Amino acid sequence: MSSTETIRVGCGAGFSSDRLGPAIDLAQRGALDYLVFECIGERTMAFGHRDRMLDPARGYNPQLRARMRGVLGHCHANGTTIITNMGVANPRAAALLVIDIARELGLSGLKVACVEGDDVTHLIGPDTVFMDHPGAVKDVGLRMVGANVYLGVEALLPALQAGADVVIAGRIADPALFLSPLVHRFGWALDDWTALGRGTLAGHLMECGMQITGGYFANPGFKDVPRLADCGFPIAEVAADGSFVITKLDDTGGCVTPATVKEQLLYEVHDPAAYLTPDVTANFRGVSVTPVGADRVRLTGAGGSARPEKLKVTIGFDGGFLGEGGVSYAGPNARARAELAADVIRERLTRINRLGGDLRIDLIGLNALHQTAEVPVSDSADIRLHVALRSTDRDDIDMMLWEVESLLCCGPAGGGGYRGQVTPCVVTHSALIARDQVSPTLEMFVA
Amino acid sequence: MSQKRIHDIAHARAGDKGNTSNISVWAYDPKDYPLLKRQLTADRIKRAFPKLFTGTVTRYEMDDLHGLNFVLLDALEGGVNTSLNLDSHGKSFSYLILGLPIET
Repeated sequence: MSSTETIRVGCGAGFSSDRLGPAIDLAQRGALDYLVFECIGERTMAFGHRDRMLDPARGYNPQLRARMRGVLGHCHANGTTIITNMGVANPRAAALLVIDIARELGLSGLKVACVEGDDVTHLIGPDTVFMDHPGAVKDVGLRMVGANVYLGVEALLPALQAGADVVIAGRIADPALFLSPLVHRFGWALDDWTALGRGTLAGHLMECGMQITGGYFANPGFKDVPRLADCGFPIAEVAADGSFVITKLDDTGGCVTPATVKEQLLYEVHDPAAYLTPDVTANFRGVSVTPVGADRVRLTGAGGSARPEKLKVTIGFDGGFLGEGGVSYAGPNARARAELAADVIRERLTRINRLGGDLRIDLIGLNALHQTAEVPVSDSADIRLHVALRSTDRDDIDMMLWEVESLLCCGPAGGGGYRGQVTPCVVTHSALIARDQVSPTLEMFVA
Repeated sequence: MSQKRIHDIAHARAGDKGNTSNISVWAYDPKDYPLLKRQLTADRIKRAFPKLFTGTVTRYEMDDLHGLNFVLLDALEGGVNTSLNLDSHGKSFSYLILGLPIET
């Protein structure tokens, strides 16, 4: 392609449960070359493994069907290639589902690439040591559900070179989902660290969706965002030198400003001069952030150096259950009644029922999120007792919920609004493995 | 000298990786950045919340963009998968820091 041409890449999801409507909007009107859906976190990866254990046909993103039904026709009509990690723990089942949907929609000939090789569960043993935590796998004391290595652009390039219309993968480093089409179309060398660093910056800024177009940003009176309920997903217009403009569709809500870009620039970044991915050590320190029009911000000056030698693996373990139960107290002396309820629950659970597991009791409205920070409590006349218990023993969880509900008749005066829920838990740790132990695979399906 | 909060002069965002939190803090007005840089040190954050931020706190400076990035090890009560805090990602740490007083 010519050196003055730009590639338009949109983000249709920044996390597993992200909105659908604005993604369809981008697919329909974004004039995109590529539409990327980034849908895996450390927890969702482990939940994917759990789902697949329960049903070998599952383990992909639960919203895959709805998302593909919404965008596939538009992307096909507009020549937009879809790249996604929505395969999670079962990319092959996800790819076959996309083929089914393509046939339903009459998109005969649609090419769906399935990229695998990220599941490295077989390489992890009891003696695998962690990089983020003392000890090894055998020290965790929980059942391992799966382990996935972060793959880079090398895993995705063969699918793009083979002309895939949809690329479905599992654990790919988030920025690599966006970097791969740039490497493919601009022909960047895989050791052109400056270009890869710049493309990685684009991917890093795009990968959380609306977090750069006004989502997760508004603070009324200080940082106001127009029409937040109609916020649009972002678009990156990337040039062959790796510089780019972040923008969004004109008539959508939200905003793209130097402030929204800066907050996202260091989101989940540690050393800004050494952002590690499988593809490059990116350097965001010299970046310039320049407004170049309404909701248009230009990024230049990122750099890079050689990629890390080893690859990061996330290992997921079955963490049992999290039970959460609550009762509310309001009106005169609410604080004293809520504090008494907390004392009663602590005594019932620990002294009388002798429940195991990790227990935490919060008083929402007084001091909950910042309880450990020990900030002065705010006095409120509307307080919710929130009891959380994590345990591998489901009976203990059910007993905790029973005790919290019994406060309605057995606890302090005026308590109401009991709710309780149980959610499955996973625990994750990270390790490093050698590159030569990993070999990505490509399988192409045609509708 | 008037007592203000960092919230009056800066905005912030928090992120998580495992049991490590990072909080970036950005001056709205470049003129306030030297003040922010002088008063919002890694040591000050650690001393303000010693029970919560038990691990090492490192500060990275983005002078050209008027921002500071704090990386806090062992700050998330075990991390998103094991913390029993309602905010298990520590997303609200950004506003915890913005609530600190600043001398102007």
